[in-house]
Amino acid sequence: MGPSILSVCYIVASVTFILGLKMLSNPSTARRGNLIAAAGMIIAILGTIFLYEDDGKRLGNYPWIFSAIFIGSIIGVLVAKKVKMTAMPELVSFFNGMGGACAALISIVEFDYLYRENRAVSNSFSDVVASGHYLAIIAGTIIGSVSFIGSMIAWGKLSGKFKDYSFKGQHLFNNLILILILVSAVYAYFSNTQFVNIPFFITVALALLYGVFFVLPIGGADMPVVISLLNSFTGVAAACGGFLYNNKAMLTGGILVGAAGTLLTILMCRAMNRSLVNVLIGSFGGSNKASGGHDTEGSIKEISLSDAAMLMAYSKKVMIVPGYGLAVAQAQHTCHELEKALDEKGVEVKYAIHPVAGRMPGHMNVLLAEADVSYEKLLEMDDANEEFKTTDVVLILGANDVVNPAAKNDPSSPIYGMPILEVELAKNVIVNKRSMKPGYAGIENQLFYQPKTSMLFGDAKKVLQELLAELKNI
Amino acid sequence: MEEMIHFIQQNIQMVYIVILMIFLGVEIIGRVPSVLHTPLMSGANAIHGVVIIGAIIVMGKAESGNYVALVLGFLAVVLGTLNVVGGFVVTDRMLEMFKKKK
Repeated sequence: MGPSILSVCYIVASVTFILGLKMLSNPSTARRGNLIAAAGMIIAILGTIFLYEDDGKRLGNYPWIFSAIFIGSIIGVLVAKKVKMTAMPELVSFFNGMGGACAALISIVEFDYLYRENRAVSNSFSDVVASGHYLAIIAGTIIGSVSFIGSMIAWGKLSGKFKDYSFKGQHLFNNLILILILVSAVYAYFSNTQFVNIPFFITVALALLYGVFFVLPIGGADMPVVISLLNSFTGVAAACGGFLYNNKAMLTGGILVGAAGTLLTILMCRAMNRSLVNVLIGSFGGSNKASGGHDTEGSIKEISLSDAAMLMAYSKKVMIVPGYGLAVAQAQHTCHELEKALDEKGVEVKYAIHPVAGRMPGHMNVLLAEADVSYEKLLEMDDANEEFKTTDVVLILGANDVVNPAAKNDPSSPIYGMPILEVELAKNVIVNKRSMKPGYAGIENQLFYQPKTSMLFGDAKKVLQELLAELKNI
Repeated sequence: MEEMIHFIQQNIQMVYIVILMIFLGVEIIGRVPSVLHTPLMSGANAIHGVVIIGAIIVMGKAESGNYVALVLGFLAVVLGTLNVVGGFVVTDRMLEMFKKKK
């Protein structure tokens, strides 16, 4: 009876995963979708614990299982609740790494069983283990390990623990490791059962090494794409586990995420008008030296706080362009205050959101939503570009590459071809940033040198507070 | 080659599931607005936490003398739970903010 109820549990779980993912792609149903998928997950987990049978034998070690789940839940909830909105991208990466590690560990334990069972007799590993079974184990191990270490590196880079690191011929080096992984994985399969553990663990070590060098050279701006890619890797690793245990819930969940994650990765790349290969090979890092030589002509112009406040107070329409600088400064609430203050003075205020502003697509929406900014005030790129023509003042808060006109008119620029917010269409542009330092792409921004642009240097939050005070004095 | 075909034959159900899920996965998120990219990624991240089922099976089947399986299994369950619980909670937190203003 138990196993058949368990199959029903898994069917229910699979349906909730599909439904949940579907609902997550629509703003009005997204939250419910997430909860539905979570409910399905609980059913699948409880079902496995209490109903799973292998050759008529129930699972044991309940104290271990429950204490592990207890520890994981406590840490998970605490971390997820405590983290600041700005740190969410790296947190997703962190959790993804945990999933990857989990998948790798399962495969390693399964391998260990096979190894212990067969090491007494001298035989080829391929004689005692079916190739499909070995494939599921080794693929789960390799993909899980790459996903784990890659996500950890991505997490460390986003939270500022590591810097980008690349060396000449790194792609060659990476491909070499990849080939070595495959060779040692195949070698393990055909080696003697007594020593098969040596090439197997060499494969694990190489996979970890590959994960490190796969993510390290990729620039900060491309991290979301990498995280999304690693996310789909973990999905595939989970599906390998599904093959191992003939478990349909793991298989559906894993493959579903693998496929959806891959598409999401491509969609993100498309939002930046770049190909996935381009992101992974990291053309940003390679070519910025060539175009960095471009001399920037003209000089920049600074504007005082009171002038900026005056300019905005007496305009009809103000468009705010938020960027990563706003997120770092945690200025979303102050920004909303400014919007309200301008609104009281009869100024129409809207936000122009570039799809890849911040560190993740949708980052700005989440951030502004946290500060209670109304959904209707957020314009997507195409709508915003229409409205700039009738805008009096554009206030750019810590955004750089997404408003760089070089993307439109400088074919030698590394960001050439990326769709941007065409802020130059507006009458005035005020740019707030901390310094003249270039953005992620590491390139100069001609916008800052244009006659209609004026600069307002300083931390976004401090500047906004001061602007707010000036506004109230008018 | 023969072995591979035999393997597919043996796991024909699984192979069908894989193929259908690939198409389904691509289909259902095909038209997602860029606003939802981050929550969607986070939600998908929580869903692949289903790998925890495998970890529970490993843990539950481990014999009391097999320390490799016990320790690694325990670790796998902890990490898998982190992925599932953390993933869903953080996604909910992101989406909670979308709901307020409407």
